[in-house]
Amino acid sequence: MGGKTLFDKVWDDHVVVPENEQTPAVFYIDLHIVHEVTTPQAFDMLREKKLPVRRPDLMLATMDHSTPTVPVNDLSALDDPAISAPEPAKQIRQMIVNCEEFGIELHGFGDHHRGIVHVIGPEIGATQPGKTIVCGDSHSSTHGAFGALGFGIGTTEVGHVLATQCLLQRKAKSMAVNITGKLQPGVSAKDIILALIGKIGVDGGTGHVIEYRGETIRGLNMDERMTICNMSIEAGARAGMIAPDETTFAYMKGRDKAPQGEDWNIAVERWKELKTDADASFDKEVSLDISDLEPQVTFGTNPAMVASISKAIPKINDLSFNKAINYMQVKADQPMLGTKVDIVFVGSCTNSRMTDLHSVAKILDGKKVASNVRMMIVPGSEALKSQAETDGLDKIFTAAGAEWREAGCSMCLGMNSDKLGKGQLCVSTSNRNFEGRQGPGGRTVLASPETAAASAIAGVIADPRDYI
Amino acid sequence: MEKLTKLTSKTTVLPIDDVDTDQIIPARFLTTTTREGIGKALFADWRFDAQGNTIKDFPLNAPGIAECKFLVAGRNFGCGSSREHAPWSLVDFGIRAVISSEIADIFRNNSLKNGLVPVIVDDDTHQWLLANPGAEVTVDVEARELRLPTGKTVTFPIDNFARHCILEGIDQTGFLMQNVDNIGRFENNRSWQP
Repeated sequence: MGGKTLFDKVWDDHVVVPENEQTPAVFYIDLHIVHEVTTPQAFDMLREKKLPVRRPDLMLATMDHSTPTVPVNDLSALDDPAISAPEPAKQIRQMIVNCEEFGIELHGFGDHHRGIVHVIGPEIGATQPGKTIVCGDSHSSTHGAFGALGFGIGTTEVGHVLATQCLLQRKAKSMAVNITGKLQPGVSAKDIILALIGKIGVDGGTGHVIEYRGETIRGLNMDERMTICNMSIEAGARAGMIAPDETTFAYMKGRDKAPQGEDWNIAVERWKELKTDADASFDKEVSLDISDLEPQVTFGTNPAMVASISKAIPKINDLSFNKAINYMQVKADQPMLGTKVDIVFVGSCTNSRMTDLHSVAKILDGKKVASNVRMMIVPGSEALKSQAETDGLDKIFTAAGAEWREAGCSMCLGMNSDKLGKGQLCVSTSNRNFEGRQGPGGRTVLASPETAAASAIAGVIADPRDYI
Repeated sequence: MEKLTKLTSKTTVLPIDDVDTDQIIPARFLTTTTREGIGKALFADWRFDAQGNTIKDFPLNAPGIAECKFLVAGRNFGCGSSREHAPWSLVDFGIRAVISSEIADIFRNNSLKNGLVPVIVDDDTHQWLLANPGAEVTVDVEARELRLPTGKTVTFPIDNFARHCILEGIDQTGFLMQNVDNIGRFENNRSWQP
């Protein structure tokens, strides 16, 4: 018999009742992250069925998706139409009511750890190797960077976890992604994952849990690993995982919810077993050598429509492809380099952490954002915001003419007032360039924090290698 | 959830690949705290222009759309965001099955919990359906079959348990609740605690 993959090990550890032909497995969830947008109907289901939340202690609640990125010192600020529209304000208030009624601790306004769901889990040490972690948000794959199994669920399933701490699941297939080579200066983790999605397609991982492996991955810090696992869903994968190692443990040690004292040593011993056995096999394997990788930029309306920054957009005669490039107002056979930019957005669960903010600051330091560009920098959490300010990054950003805002999902999905206007082009460090994602008629170009910063200075899509 | 055993209806065809859930329902409509009237937001930015006028040549705006209970979509329908508002809006609009050669994982999972049948067919059948909008087809959940007006019948995969729930019109929470003793035992017997 062959050995087990990392995914097999985490799966096996959480099966309450095994699957059979007639029924899926009853599968236990160790951490459920809840936010204001995908939970109200689930809390209503609990009320209708008169059910309590089974394990309030395994919930992590915050507000991020529709929250303003200007200061909210008092909830009455939400009544100001310049700060929030009435519908998101109502949703935010409902979240507070739901958490109070069901006994869930909420990291709300004024809390040091309010922020993007996939930023605060790792930040407070609740995200740990070997845990199963779900959230009503597809980028839950981010937590896989710690050797956890993280995946996105719908609102009905949010209700299932609230009520039973379990989901009904069929086991996914496994896929190894082997990444080798050393990154060139100015090229970063975001470029790796964009290149991978370009290679395997937006459905290349459908039905699979990816494990990212290889020397390149081992050399990445946790912020970079999170960027990679975060976008697993953009390849259609159920989840993305990386085996924990000393880098993981060093990041976690001393965080609020991480095990302390002797418990820490016991946990680390257990976590060290969380790696794929040498004799295990995967259902699918892909390899990517990133030695010569250039910065990547998207040109179309899904993340697989991506090209190296100096290369021309390919010419493909296909209805969906033509619809996408017409929407983007770009031309086949021409590179994205030099395209005029209106907005630069640095933020989202993909790229809003300290590594990202430092990369941006390094390029912006002493420079000015071009006069035709509005640059917004939105940290992933309030804690990150104060840490960046301690490091003096806010001074660099504002001196360059960028806006330094409060934590939240912000312009990644335009649920609050941070939206693109019709036809505006945004170089964005987020994860989705879908039509209208950042605002109706808006055009999104996905890129690394380095490319975003370089483009902000140039006023056009620019190669970060010219700015380092 | 409304039960569904077998249904015959016309198809409407959206021949675009990789349609993401942001298109099915844009994020600005997710600020609702209920499901009421969510069908109005279905494909909002493809059905209506910025002024709110109907875009006439969009398939879901065609006359007689109310008779079309099945949506034939391009490959990899429903990719992207996990928002369950996507199947909610399709069901509220009147769609009962989505037919494609490939349907994204989370969307498919969410659809099954709302009585929206994800029907995955082979490429040849898919091409025929894309080329024949308005064809009258039968989705038979009981038999796991899709029947075309040409006489061709193809089977489609559907998880036994999800099929049972759709046939009976029951939600899955009840089944999970029957397992509370198993869940309690699991929690007590773990070698580590989260």
